[in-house]
Amino acid sequence: MEERPASTLSALEYDPAPESAGLARLREGYGLFIGGAFVEAADGATFETINPATEEPLARVAQAGEADVAAAVAAARRAYDKVWRKTTGAQRSKYLFRIARLIQERSRELAVLESLDNGKPIRESRDIDVPLAAAHFFYYAGWADKLEHAGFGPDPRPLGVAGQIIPWNFPLLMAAWKLAPALAAGNTCVLKPAETTPLSALVLAEILQQAELPDGVVNVVTGDGSTGAALVASPVDKVAFTGSTEVGKVIQRRLAGRPTRLTLELGGKGANIVFDDAPLDEVVEGIVDGIFFNQGHVCCAGSRLLVQESVAEDVLHRLRRRVDQLRVGDPLDKNTDVGAINSAAQLEKIRELTAWGEREGATRYTSPCALPERGYWFAPTVFTDVAQTHRIAREEVFGPVLSVLTFRTPEEAVAKANNTTYGLACGVWSEKGSRTLWVAERLRAGVVWANTYNRFDPASPFGGVRESGFGREGGRHGLEAYLDV
Amino acid sequence: MSERLDVRKTYKLLVGGAFPRSESGRSYEVLDAKGRFLANVAQASRKDVRDAVVAARSAQRAWWSLTPYNRGQVLYRLAEMAEARGRELAEQVGRAEGIRATEARATVARSIDRLVWYAGWCDKVAQVLGGQNPVAGPYFNFSVPVPSGVVGVLADQASSLEAFVDAVAAPLAAGNTVVALASETRPIPAALLGEMSATSDLVPGALNVLTGRTGEVAPVLASHEDVDGLDLAGADDVFAGELAALAAETVTRVLRGADPQDRGLKRLRAFVETSTVWHTIGP
Repeated sequence: MEERPASTLSALEYDPAPESAGLARLREGYGLFIGGAFVEAADGATFETINPATEEPLARVAQAGEADVAAAVAAARRAYDKVWRKTTGAQRSKYLFRIARLIQERSRELAVLESLDNGKPIRESRDIDVPLAAAHFFYYAGWADKLEHAGFGPDPRPLGVAGQIIPWNFPLLMAAWKLAPALAAGNTCVLKPAETTPLSALVLAEILQQAELPDGVVNVVTGDGSTGAALVASPVDKVAFTGSTEVGKVIQRRLAGRPTRLTLELGGKGANIVFDDAPLDEVVEGIVDGIFFNQGHVCCAGSRLLVQESVAEDVLHRLRRRVDQLRVGDPLDKNTDVGAINSAAQLEKIRELTAWGEREGATRYTSPCALPERGYWFAPTVFTDVAQTHRIAREEVFGPVLSVLTFRTPEEAVAKANNTTYGLACGVWSEKGSRTLWVAERLRAGVVWANTYNRFDPASPFGGVRESGFGREGGRHGLEAYLDV
Repeated sequence: MSERLDVRKTYKLLVGGAFPRSESGRSYEVLDAKGRFLANVAQASRKDVRDAVVAARSAQRAWWSLTPYNRGQVLYRLAEMAEARGRELAEQVGRAEGIRATEARATVARSIDRLVWYAGWCDKVAQVLGGQNPVAGPYFNFSVPVPSGVVGVLADQASSLEAFVDAVAAPLAAGNTVVALASETRPIPAALLGEMSATSDLVPGALNVLTGRTGEVAPVLASHEDVDGLDLAGADDVFAGELAALAAETVTRVLRGADPQDRGLKRLRAFVETSTVWHTIGP
């Protein structure tokens, strides 16, 4: 047996424990899902989706043009008029239960596929994305036949056809967040997955076929930004968008003056606030969960750490030690903590903003972990000496990059946390309940996690205030986005 | 003996609890429904809009930090004030809208009743729109409705009091502060309500009432970065589209088409944000 120095943690190596890529049952090509069938784009256009961990192509996917989007919206309209609006709530409910079960049954396949296409660690796709997607369908299945009890009046009506545009950071989960409440409320849908992560939504479409959901109730159009723009411009009754604040504003502007309903779930620059009485080992885990979960590709990420001055040094010392142990690499390896950055473009954006961090005078600490040669990678990075005016403190990096600021009093913590145009999520760490609630009350954010971070549940409303968007997903509140109330 | 000369009143703006004539010094003539001169009314400028938004922002914290019980009492106090000056309101509503005295009195009565309805909402919004969420894990998870912040109201152009009351009372009841642009041609009942609010213990700046040319000042309100919500009741479809496009620049929440007589909660919900708190549970 090889001798290892037992005293240094870095010498403790795990053997690779990869999940088999074959479980994803990848096909060479994937079509659009329109009117219950998989079809090619009208003009035959396709694009390639790649594995960001290897830069190898995974499959070719149909690129939906305007004609395809129009066909999908027409199919959704027909399905709404002819079938879905006449389907009872109890029946809709049972379709959703079926879908939830099928997701559970195909969970391994979905988890591997998601990690291949997105780059996220299999541990996360297996334990978070896929189970939460199934749970979301389960939750809203139960609402479909109880809408009159949801607090929106005695006779809540669906809106009609919903156009739904989702991002690449949680491809399957975001599809579930969009489809489940929309279908429960009696709408039909045209879903547009992100360009770089189209595959899991197409497998979900297969699941909808297996569940025998009536044709056209859900349609999936894959493609780039032009596909999304075509969907927004089409005669839908509702647009739901999750993505950047920049694009969200464009959509809101385009829909101004139209009766189309809109909900937006946009960017964030979440503050994770640590008070001096908090249990520091738990805090460090929470900070890591807050910013390195899903490579930091999380709109509600705790990307600004606000730590009370008296414990700052201690927290940072422990944090660096913990960050050094994060395992970056093969997303399919069950021991991986941080996977691949989703795309070359995103990696470039992270590099640009971190370069600005150094240029503006912040102190950079980057984990010394080894990175694979091929693929898109960014080592976990922590900036200290960050000023509120720095770009890394104001702009969403959407990567594994933490900016650390300090404060002295609760008032200062609140003021700094709210010093942003965003308002999606914040964290508060303290053992003192009264202080936690005092702070939570003053934070301008849609979600506040106290002594935890990045928790999601289908029963819990999620969404932002200010430039992080409007409308809620999840819970009873999530129904409002799809009801004419 | 000569006939007594009447003392004529110029209606002024309400900004931050004070009644300026407009920093621009301008006023315009308001006519009744038959085209006869009614009064001179202050004509708000762009600067007045910005001043009103600043006042509303600084009042928001104070208004929201009152207990819900207290906010309800303040709105009820406003209803008391309106009731006491009901005759004056009815006369002005009648002249502005060209309706019979009985109809005008009925309109005022409905408006006051609406205020009372919203007064009662202040300490019920949280229970009706919020609650505990049964998450799958050791967390106490609850959602509370919190105000969007500063709400700009472009009041209905036809209904001078009833629609105005609904449009401003709903966001106030939810804890927002309001900058309201009164009907351009029928502004007096709204201005009167503003006067009454100054003696209702309302936090100064919680309700700001501007009179003037809608086309001139509404875009300033819609595009203002510190306005969180916008009620476009008083804009036609084309103008509403333009204003909504301006509002999109800062992701401002936009409300269109709420019915002032609806007993639903559309208006109350429109400028409320759901804030959800997760707290760990452990021994």
